[in-house]
Amino acid sequence: MMFNEEFETLPRQALEALQLKRLQLMLERVYANVPFYRTAFEGAGVRPSDIGSLQDLQRLPFTTKQNMRDSYPYALFAAPLEDIVRIHASSGTTGKPTVVGYTQRDIEMWSELMARSLAAASANKGDIIHNAYGYGLFTGGLGAHYGAERLGASVIPISGGNTKRQIMIMQDFGSTILTCTPSYALFMAEEARTEGIDFRNLKLRVGIFGAEPWSEAMRDELEDKLNITALDIYGLSEIMGPGVAQECFQGKSGLHIWEDHFIPEIINPETCEVVPEGTKGELVITTITKQGIPLVRYRTRDITSITYEPCICGRTHARIARLSGRSDDMIIIRGVNVFPSQIESILVGIEGVEPHYLLIIDRQDNLDTLEVQVEVDEHLFSDEVKVLQTLSLKIEKTIKEVLGVTSKVKLVEPRTIQRSEGKATRVIDKRKLL
Amino acid sequence: MHVEQISIFIENKSGRLAEVTRILGEAGVNIRALSLADTSDFGILRLIVNDREKAKTFLKEKGFTVSKTDVVAVEVPDRPGGLSSILQTLDNEKINVEYMYAFVERCGENAVIIFRFDETDKAIKALLANGFNVLEGERLYSM
Repeated sequence: MMFNEEFETLPRQALEALQLKRLQLMLERVYANVPFYRTAFEGAGVRPSDIGSLQDLQRLPFTTKQNMRDSYPYALFAAPLEDIVRIHASSGTTGKPTVVGYTQRDIEMWSELMARSLAAASANKGDIIHNAYGYGLFTGGLGAHYGAERLGASVIPISGGNTKRQIMIMQDFGSTILTCTPSYALFMAEEARTEGIDFRNLKLRVGIFGAEPWSEAMRDELEDKLNITALDIYGLSEIMGPGVAQECFQGKSGLHIWEDHFIPEIINPETCEVVPEGTKGELVITTITKQGIPLVRYRTRDITSITYEPCICGRTHARIARLSGRSDDMIIIRGVNVFPSQIESILVGIEGVEPHYLLIIDRQDNLDTLEVQVEVDEHLFSDEVKVLQTLSLKIEKTIKEVLGVTSKVKLVEPRTIQRSEGKATRVIDKRKLL
Repeated sequence: MHVEQISIFIENKSGRLAEVTRILGEAGVNIRALSLADTSDFGILRLIVNDREKAKTFLKEKGFTVSKTDVVAVEVPDRPGGLSSILQTLDNEKINVEYMYAFVERCGENAVIIFRFDETDKAIKALLANGFNVLEGERLYSM
């Protein structure tokens, strides 16, 4: 079933004509309303009226997360604050988050695209959607929620955490669709098993998993342990939130990116040149209908490839491949975006110096773990155990408060952490995801 | 009256303690007393040695984190209640003991307790005033 068959199956020619029209309107709007874009376009020697084809998009400069940070909190908004009805934020690298604002029409557009995504995953009005994405500043929970309501399904806004209650409700309420991170789904299934509940016997039939990278091997495991069809969803708060792209139930091969609202490009992250169809590179997205905070050629830093081949589901929208990494050092821990520089600034903030540190990410019992190794130099050292233990706890507590991630601090001897020529190794990711 | 103790940060993995004692042995440093505080992740080795500077230099060269701390050595009468009388005195003066460890003098009849206080000077004053024998650092190093 399609939520919006007319637009989801629009012939490519009509779709591209619609994209161009919407792109031009959006460019005029940001040029007039957002000083950042006016300056950036002038710097590139381009005016919105110069954009006469979709190819001309390549003449425009990129927008980066750094630009969003520099515009904190509202400088990139293209709509006046009185028209903004919702504000979300994602974590930033130095404590300041990146902020996104939505107009009422943006929320409606997001709801529709999320409803399309759910429908593409075979959800319908009769489904009970167990939404275990976190509610709050993070876009996951509310994004999936509004889409489920728009679709007309019953949504259980359970949010994350309290696994025992999740399992009880899923069992008693007869949830048919599960939306959460793939690792949390596996964790719940394991927890249930220890309580004598087999997830395979629940009414769940589809899982819509995202907010962290996962693999085909994890798909097999999820489908086996939960007896469901496991589908991939993509989104990021800067662009909108969940529902930017969704794998369809029929094709199960790549995620349809809703091209009547977003123009995707794949670039070589080194040269910034657009690469041919099917080649791996960094995904760049231009939002062409958003009002609150339209983004021109936003560098997502996510590595994927794109195909315009027709899909057996009948949708004409291009498909991006399962994400295979990042073009920056961002790591995703239990669905939370973490940059090593954030941990670094926390350590500097606590101790006033930059200690040598190493982040070790692993997956135990299907949950991501973060170990922060900190070298104990003479500045940090004390002959009293309690002083060192207090230090560890303080670092753990601050990381939890600032980043929302549980960590385990391990104090190590100096020079335990490998120094390499040039850039120090700061992250060891032991999760074999891709 | 202060005694200098060296403290060494030791990661909780095999061979680290052996490495410290090997380095000290090769440097010709003699260990007079020691205590090891351990947690699940790390340990703190506290040593009274005959040559603090040499011990510190050699250990630091090998990459260990070493610090010096002032502690207090008190002679304890070798009879029941000996230690109790010292602790009672400290309690009366509201002096906190951060940690302590004991060893027996080579030729003497008494045990020696090494104390780490939150207020070292106040503790020394109180102990002396109550007639306890607080040992000079030099006596311990060269014992």
